[in-house]
Amino acid sequence: MTKPSLSVKDLHVSIEEKEILKGFGIDVKGGEIHAIMGPNGTGKSTLASALMGHPNYEVTSGEATFNGEDLFDMEVDERARAGLFLAMQYPSEVSGVTNADFIRSAMNADRAEDDQVSLMQFIRKIDDKMGMLEIDQSFQHRYLNEGFSGGEKKRNEILQLLMLEPKIAILDEIDSGLDIDALKVVAKGINELRSDDFGCMIITHYQRLLNYIQPDYVHVMMQGRIVKSGGPELAQKLEEQGYEWIKEELGIEDERVGQE
Amino acid sequence: MTTELTFPVNEQQLQSFSKDRQEPAWFTNARLDALSKAGKLELPKPDKTKITKWNFTSFSYDAQGEATSSYKELSDAVRTLVGEEQKVENLITQKNGRSTYQAVQENLREQGVIFTDMETALKEHGDLVQKYFMKDAVSVDEHSLTAAHAALVNGGVFIYVPEGVEVKSPLQAIFAHEGSFGLFNHVLIVAEANSSLTYIENYLSEGSGEEAAANIVAEVYLEDGAKVRFGAVDNLAGAVTTYVNRRGQVNGRDAELYWALGQMNDGNTVSENTTYLHGQGSYGDTKTVSIGRGKQIQNFTTNVIHFGKDTDGQILKHGVMKEAATSIFNGISKIEKGATKANGEQTERVLMLSDKSRGDANPILLIDEDDVTAGHAASVGKIDPLQMFYLMSRGLSETEAERLIIHGFLEPVVGALPIDSVKEQLYDLIERKVY
Ligand SMILES: Nc1ncnc2c1ncn2[C@@H]1O[C@H](COP(=O)(O)OP(=O)(O)O)[C@@H](O)[C@H]1O
Ligand SMILES: [Mg+2]
Repeated sequence: MTKPSLSVKDLHVSIEEKEILKGFGIDVKGGEIHAIMGPNGTGKSTLASALMGHPNYEVTSGEATFNGEDLFDMEVDERARAGLFLAMQYPSEVSGVTNADFIRSAMNADRAEDDQVSLMQFIRKIDDKMGMLEIDQSFQHRYLNEGFSGGEKKRNEILQLLMLEPKIAILDEIDSGLDIDALKVVAKGINELRSDDFGCMIITHYQRLLNYIQPDYVHVMMQGRIVKSGGPELAQKLEEQGYEWIKEELGIEDERVGQE
Repeated sequence: MTTELTFPVNEQQLQSFSKDRQEPAWFTNARLDALSKAGKLELPKPDKTKITKWNFTSFSYDAQGEATSSYKELSDAVRTLVGEEQKVENLITQKNGRSTYQAVQENLREQGVIFTDMETALKEHGDLVQKYFMKDAVSVDEHSLTAAHAALVNGGVFIYVPEGVEVKSPLQAIFAHEGSFGLFNHVLIVAEANSSLTYIENYLSEGSGEEAAANIVAEVYLEDGAKVRFGAVDNLAGAVTTYVNRRGQVNGRDAELYWALGQMNDGNTVSENTTYLHGQGSYGDTKTVSIGRGKQIQNFTTNVIHFGKDTDGQILKHGVMKEAATSIFNGISKIEKGATKANGEQTERVLMLSDKSRGDANPILLIDEDDVTAGHAASVGKIDPLQMFYLMSRGLSETEAERLIIHGFLEPVVGALPIDSVKEQLYDLIERKVY
């Protein structure tokens, strides 16, 4: 089996006519964990949303291939069924639909009529994953994200990740709003998936999650593109010294993008 | 200016119809009196829906078929609702106003419970029927359709539960309609003090759709401490124009009336549902779900009128409109002077699935007393594209994502319905109608 791959070249993305991504490129393969770091407002969520096919973001130029296929040629659900997953920074709430019903429908979405996940298989798996993530049983029967705290929403995104077992996952600020114990639990869940069949892009503006999930590559994003890449030591340096030195080194005054 | 309505039945025909059914004289006279009023009174005026051109008068009125009671002769559609014959407990089925099957548990009979068709009730319990029939809850001379109803009633059931009797198994009625028959169905329920019952009715169409009119009235009377759950699934075909008026007269102290209405007709429909909370501490709860499709026009008006102190009225209505359907959802909580400590709350929500569908939610609070609490919420909207994105980002197809969102939208009502069989029927019907 070939390793999964996501390859993005010179990507430009606009929202409401404003260009936010200005030539973003990355190659993520199975077995690799890439950390995308950067201060607020530098285009990280825009990248994640555009790759998943968020309706508000317009890809104006550049290309992306997922396992060799043109990503932007696929509908949102096709991208997901091909194995792309986005843990969202702000997941939607859907009233009246229980978490369990939703996750089970999602698991069955790319399975043939005669190969659906049985209720027993589903229960066994979700009990197992919820146990690992230290999520209360009642979680399953609550409406999807409705009235969830910030931390509960994040855990729910990770629960879905573990249930759906995608090939490439993009995790957008999965660590924000989590205390250190929750952070460890979430990291444990992600580390479980680590294998040659799984690649991951972890978007964060803090280094602390990376203490628990060792990245293979670290990229710094400013002004809608990657301005610096390195290994885990780069994250460490950012933790100690912040982002200012990079701005000075590259002569960047305002790292943000799309400001009025 | 009023347009006089002409109903396709004259005095002689009505007299002979009444005679055929061996009705008591008071009822025959009431019919004739009402018939003369029906032509003179005006149509009702449901808020925000114009119904003057709707078909309320074109239908046939010959009583078809003899009353029978044979499970085998029931249609497939009816039998699906009924289930196996061995499991039938309390059931009346009718087709075009005539009973096709009747069963009542022996122990209920022994306790004095009456569950029978209107035709029999008029013959055997005339005095009891006379005491309530279109007296307080619905009056003959409200407008031409109530008058026409009183004149032409040709089907329905009568339920009487004596004091202190708790009917455990639901009383179920299935009203099948076929052809151009004008269905004038009357349901009369009397729950004496400290009694309780659950009543479930289904309206359905059989055969090919010919133009027809249905004029349906239900009256429920509750005495002290009585508890009634009234469930309905209306599912008449597109060619049938329906006027349906269900009212509860909650006279008794601490009495409770629960409505669970699935308004799933395919034709133009005016549906009124009113609860009068007279008894001190009485409770009225209305939950409705509606689906509109095709070009149908519907008006759903729910009233809860508080007279008694400490009364509590709850209204929850959710509707989904697809294609070019139009629906008005009116909710009126009225608290009369003297109804101190009353509480009235209502929510109306409409989800529109297409650009051509129209929905309107109008919550109204009319309050004539200071010492009360009341609240309302309403929304009319489309499916949120971000919710769609979220669900589709997990691999659900567009259709499946939409299905989940619609299901979720209706779930707060359907999931909370107090009668399980109505809940299940509605899940089924919603599935068939929406997707
Ligand atoms: N929904 C939106 N509407 C308008 N502008 C937006 C929207 N989302 C993002 N932007 C613009 O894009 C910039 C980058 O946002 P985002 O990609 O969310 O950054 P990050 O995730 O790095 O904090 C924001 O500063 C803002 O100017
Ligand atoms: Mg962000």
